[in-house]
Amino acid sequence: MHTITVRNRASQFQCSDQQSLLHGVESQRIKAVRVGCRGGGCGVCKIRVVSGEFHSKKMSIKHVTAQQQSQGYCLSCRIYPLSDMTIEALDESGPEI
Amino acid sequence: MRKGVMRPGHIQIRVLDMDEALAHYRDLLGLIEVDRDDQGRVYLKGWTEVDKFSVVLRETDHAGMDFTGYKVLDESTLAALESELNAKGFATTEIAAGELLGCGRRVRFTAPTGHTFELFASKEQTGKWGIKERNPEAWPRGLKGMRPTRFDHCLLYGDDLEGNLTLFTEILGFDLAEQVLDPEGNKAALFLTCSSKAHDVAFVKHDEKDKFHHASFWLDTWQDVLRAADLISMTDTPIDIGPTRHGLTHGQTIYFFDPSGNRTEVFCGGDYHYPDHPTVTWDAEVLGKAIFYHDRELNERFLTVLT
Repeated sequence: MHTITVRNRASQFQCSDQQSLLHGVESQRIKAVRVGCRGGGCGVCKIRVVSGEFHSKKMSIKHVTAQQQSQGYCLSCRIYPLSDMTIEALDESGPEI
Repeated sequence: MRKGVMRPGHIQIRVLDMDEALAHYRDLLGLIEVDRDDQGRVYLKGWTEVDKFSVVLRETDHAGMDFTGYKVLDESTLAALESELNAKGFATTEIAAGELLGCGRRVRFTAPTGHTFELFASKEQTGKWGIKERNPEAWPRGLKGMRPTRFDHCLLYGDDLEGNLTLFTEILGFDLAEQVLDPEGNKAALFLTCSSKAHDVAFVKHDEKDKFHHASFWLDTWQDVLRAADLISMTDTPIDIGPTRHGLTHGQTIYFFDPSGNRTEVFCGGDYHYPDHPTVTWDAEVLGKAIFYHDRELNERFLTVLT
C-alpha cells in the first residue's frame, strides 16, 4: 500500500498499486476528489501530481492535453500509484486548507 | 407532421480502449458483434434489430459521441430532407455508401447544439439475430449479458435547445413528446419522438455544445432491469443511478458507465406518444421527481458528468 497525500485538502489515504487513486479515495470514503465517470472520459476527477511515481492508463485528451500531462495533470481514475504520492485536487467540491 | 424519419439507426461512440469497450458493450451489455472494418471500428446490434448494425465503436484519444444517424423511409425521402435542410440553412455533407460497412449514403449535418446527426435510407438487412423471419421463435438462445433488444435513443447536452426544437419538429418531423420548462418558461429539456416511443432523441440544456450524456438500450421487463443491476454489481462496473423510475417518460431504468466514461442506460416500460397527443410538461422546480421519480432528489453526477 502507498500513502497518498492530498496537499490542498489536508487529507491522506492508502492506495494499492492495483487501485486507481480515485478508487482509493472512494474506498476510504474520503471526499478529497470529486467522482465522475470513473473511466477517463469526463474530466471531473482531474488532479495534479506534485510528487511520486505512478502508472497511467489512457485518459481523454480533451480533459488532459499532452502538455498538461507533462506538467503532472491527470485524471485520478486513470492513475495507479507505484510509490507514496502527493497530489492536489483541482475541483472546488472538497474542503480547502 | 411526420416527414419520413423512421427511427434511430446508429450511433458511433468514441472509446479509449477497444478491448475494454467490447467487454462492456458486447459481454456485459450483451450487444451482438456483427463486423469490424479496416479503421478498427467494431459494429454491434441488439438482437431484434433487422438492420446490420446500430452501434459503432471507434477507438481514439477522447470519449463521447461522434454522430448518431436516423433511418428514413426511402432514398427519395432522404433526398427531399437533404434539400429541405439545405434550404433552411443547414449545410449537409454526403458520406459515401459503404463508409460504414453495409450502410448506404448518409446525409450529415450539425444541429444547433453542435451534435453531428445523419440521415440514411439504406442499410443491409441481416434480420433479427438468431431467429428466422418465417415462423419465428420468441427469442434466440445464446444471448449474452443484459440481452438488450435494441438501441433505443440517446440523450445529448447542448446550448441551443430552441434551435434543435425547430430542426427536429419543423424539418425532420419529430413531435415534442415531453419537455422541461424553467421558471421563465425557457426550455430546459426536450424529449422528441418520430414514432410512438416516448423518445427517439432527447436534449438537455447545458452551456457547452456537443456533449454526450448516454446511449440507451431497450429491455423487455423490470425484472430484466433488476438483472442488469445484478450484472453491474457482479462486474464491479461503475453505476450512476438506479434501478429506479423516471418521472419524464416514466421509464424504468438503470445507468452505468463504460470503461471510457460514456454513460449507458438500459430501460423498459414508459409512456407512448401519438401525433395528436399534447406535449407533457415538467416544471424545473420538480426536476428531482421528473428525473428520479422515487428518490425525488437530483444526483449532481447525472446532471454534470458528460463526455
